[in-house]
Amino acid sequence: MNTLFIIAGTIAILSAALAVSRINAVHALLYLVVSLLAVGVVLFILGAPFAAVLEVIIYAGAIMVLFVFVIMMLNFGGALAEEKRRLKPSAWAGPVLLTLILAVELVFVTCSGTKGVYRILMVSPTQVGLSLFGPYMLGVELASMLLLAGLVGAYHLARSIGPFRREERGRS
Amino acid sequence: MSPAVPAEYSLILAGLLFVIGLAGVMVRRNLIFILLSLEIMLNAAGLAFVAAGARWGTADGQVMFIFILAVAAAEVVVGLALLLWFHHWHRGLDADSANEMRG
Repeated sequence: MNTLFIIAGTIAILSAALAVSRINAVHALLYLVVSLLAVGVVLFILGAPFAAVLEVIIYAGAIMVLFVFVIMMLNFGGALAEEKRRLKPSAWAGPVLLTLILAVELVFVTCSGTKGVYRILMVSPTQVGLSLFGPYMLGVELASMLLLAGLVGAYHLARSIGPFRREERGRS
Repeated sequence: MSPAVPAEYSLILAGLLFVIGLAGVMVRRNLIFILLSLEIMLNAAGLAFVAAGARWGTADGQVMFIFILAVAAAEVVVGLALLLWFHHWHRGLDADSANEMRG
């Protein structure tokens, strides 16, 4: 388990460092997704499967989709030639290699059976749910208020940009 | 039954990730990269919470991780909407061009 943890942690640090040092925003996002997946593996090894699943679904899924959406909306050169240049192997080889290492690790953990991951101390989703809707009920309510505030704020800000978008469409 | 890895290892990992994110916030001037580094920092904080929860075998760490997830989601939504505004006003994403108030 220690070896698996160190490999996944190294991938997380490496890809986070690559993510903050890229010039191209899309390449940085690719590396950031790899970093989040690696942290998900680390959480799984730490015995927190629920947190690991949330990390993959919400961080690497939903939040990264928002980033990709905004980058595509700002349109940093969306021409076809640009797309062709972006699809050259050096752009995606690094993230794919790091993700493959993570995949091998996951397959190894799953196949190791009863002598591997099932022996570690695990905090099950049931415990988390009971705690979430028991003593932390007020916190859940506050989080829902925060998400509502974020929703209203984003709607308000995006609605004010409306004329700008129409003007952009008219020009192009 | 025991925690899989020593708590020091995961705290070191969380600290290194946090420092990488902090360096990104301070060094980069592109607003997208600043938001991205903020995500790395929040993620590192959540990892530290889960590591502490795993150290004592309680669910509290994962509960705090879920709260951090909610904060990160709200933060990134409002941050990206403000980023679109910024791009509208300054025709770019350079944080240094925002050196005066009232746009």
